[in-house]
Amino acid sequence: MVPVSYYLILSGILFACGVIGFLIKRNIITIFMSIELMLNGVNLSFVAFAAQWQHLSGQVFVFFVMVVAAAEAAVGLAIIIAVYRTRETLNVDQVNLLKL
Amino acid sequence: MTPSLHLWLIPILPLIGAAINGLFGRRCSRRTIAAVALASCGGAFAWVLFVSARFSSLTLPHTEFVAHWIRSGDFLVNFEVYLDQLTLVMLLVVTGVGFLIHIYSVGYMWEEGGFYRFFSYLNLFMFFMLTLVLAGNYLQMFIGWEGVGLASYLLIGFWFTKDSAASAGKKAFIVNRIGDFGFLIALFLMIKHFGSLNFAQVFSAVSPLPTETVGFGLLTAIGLLLMVGAAGKSAQIPLYVWLPDAMEGPTPVSALIHAATMVTAGVYMVARSHVIFDHAPNALTVVAIIGTLTAIFAATIGIAQTDIKKVLAYSTISQLGYMFMACGVAAYSAGIFHLMTHAFFKGLLFLAAGSVIHAVGGEQDMRKMGGLKQYIPVTFLTMGTATLAIAGIPPFAGFFSKDEILLRAYQANPVYWVIGLFTAFLTSFYMFRLMFMTFYGDYCGEAAPGHGHSDPHGHPGHEHGTPHESPMIMLVPLMILAVLSLVGGWVGIHGRFERFLDPVFTSGEFAEHASEAAGPGLQYSLMGASVAAAALGWFLARLLYRKNPDLPRKIAEHLGGFYDTLVHKYYVDEIYAALFVKPLLDGSTRVLWHGVDQGVIDAAVNDAADGANHVSDAARHMQSGNLRSYAGWIAAGAALVIAYMVWMGVR
Repeated sequence: MVPVSYYLILSGILFACGVIGFLIKRNIITIFMSIELMLNGVNLSFVAFAAQWQHLSGQVFVFFVMVVAAAEAAVGLAIIIAVYRTRETLNVDQVNLLKL
Repeated sequence: MTPSLHLWLIPILPLIGAAINGLFGRRCSRRTIAAVALASCGGAFAWVLFVSARFSSLTLPHTEFVAHWIRSGDFLVNFEVYLDQLTLVMLLVVTGVGFLIHIYSVGYMWEEGGFYRFFSYLNLFMFFMLTLVLAGNYLQMFIGWEGVGLASYLLIGFWFTKDSAASAGKKAFIVNRIGDFGFLIALFLMIKHFGSLNFAQVFSAVSPLPTETVGFGLLTAIGLLLMVGAAGKSAQIPLYVWLPDAMEGPTPVSALIHAATMVTAGVYMVARSHVIFDHAPNALTVVAIIGTLTAIFAATIGIAQTDIKKVLAYSTISQLGYMFMACGVAAYSAGIFHLMTHAFFKGLLFLAAGSVIHAVGGEQDMRKMGGLKQYIPVTFLTMGTATLAIAGIPPFAGFFSKDEILLRAYQANPVYWVIGLFTAFLTSFYMFRLMFMTFYGDYCGEAAPGHGHSDPHGHPGHEHGTPHESPMIMLVPLMILAVLSLVGGWVGIHGRFERFLDPVFTSGEFAEHASEAAGPGLQYSLMGASVAAAALGWFLARLLYRKNPDLPRKIAEHLGGFYDTLVHKYYVDEIYAALFVKPLLDGSTRVLWHGVDQGVIDAAVNDAADGANHVSDAARHMQSGNLRSYAGWIAAGAALVIAYMVWMGVR
């Protein structure tokens, strides 16, 4: 059996990739994907622990997260399309109408 | 039990007048204002006359309780009135002369703006002066003392739009404060050691104490501090500098406050506290020395002044010096006697000077007058009477009182007498100089003098082609005061005035009368000497300013530096400015203003605000509006929290 620490390290790496992608990318879609990556990184740790402790709640949690992520993806992509229609760009630095 | 005379009415009446004029005067006609002011002041005078009519039936000192004021443990201060012979004399002088000056002011101020304000202040002054005189304890006296200072400030600065008047008012107030400080400390000492400020209790506590002939004891300290207060109020060295500047006020004010009444408050206070001074001969010597020095010092300045009111101002200082000299040799009744006659003739001199200024359209420089005798004969005659009185020519009032003082001074120490006699000569000289320069010779004024040259009361609508006599309402007080200047001294013949005041001042050792102690030979020779000094002054003034008008200039040129020193009043104002005012101003500017106020207080506030600004400026950069930087902060924060948790877990 693969030790739980391997999963956790992978989960950390995925999460870190998500964070870094979120921070350095300018394209909204990439950022969005980074968020998904972070969520899935966390999901991985949940299921790893659920398997470790033979406990269902971790698995159930992952389903919730996936539902929320799906909802989020639906809303988010809709927003992205709306943004693109008005601003004709997907660069977050140029979506700055609320900035002083 | 003597019946109550309702003495509290005497000060309250002018207060009511002041309140009515001050609150409603703006909407009243001048006639109403004058009526209110005169009625309240005249009412007080009438009440004083009534009191003096009943006076012989009173048991003295007569005190009347008015109200409780301060009750704090054993310490008790009441509002009460204290009436004895000394109070009665002061009351008669203050209300009598004050009433005459009120009448005169109606004529003098008729054309002025702020008519109601003037009479409100004048009545307010009367209230405080009468409070001072009638006080039954030192604290009540102090209220009056401060109050007359306030009224004096308001009236000196009556023409407050004029810079010099406003600053003269401030100068008077500040210099007086120095004196008041001394007075206040004396009061604290009395509270500490006698537990009371009541005249009767303080004096009975002092009486059994031994006389402090040597050394510096409690009573000497109290005496000296009281003298500091008196020197401030009565314009003695070194605090006399405010009085000449106070001439910026309207002339009736100079007459009432700065000649007849308020400035004599110091003399009254010293005389009232005679029990303390009798037990502190050293303090008394200081009083005498200050009085003597002031007398001669101011007189020498007076001979070189050209402003008619400045001459009278220095003359007032000099005469007050006489009064202090008298008090200083324990001849209190002689001092009070001179106080009374001085109120008559100096009040008259100022009012007449006001009439002269009125006549020539606001001019105060005597060099631009001259030959006024034919234009304003009544003013000339009354002012002449006052001049004879102040010069000490018999049988005018000043002769008797001054002679009394000189006699007592001679008995105490001939040095005082010599200086006093020389001062009498100077007094006579500068007064006749004033008379000759003003009334004799040829009129030197311009045909149409500029209005309000040095006095901003340029009577609008008047054309001053030639000088003209003042209206009747101004002349009648002059005449009454002239009569008083003539006969006022006669009450002192054969020491009657002294005997009247005797019950107040008798404390055993000082009971003997000057006239009885001195042989008639000494009396007459001293009298002859002072008359001769007065006559010499007249002769010299006549020689210099009547016969040879060029001579004074030559002498002045010959004297050079000394004459300049006199013209510049011994540079005392400049010396004070250099010694006290400038260091204070510089210290306040550099240390207190730039150093403490700007450097510490303002800087602390400003730096705190700047600091908050800088910190928030730095913090503001966190909120860049950049989504990724927010995310970065969140990530960094989360990383920090996790690191902390891990570290805590590891530990």
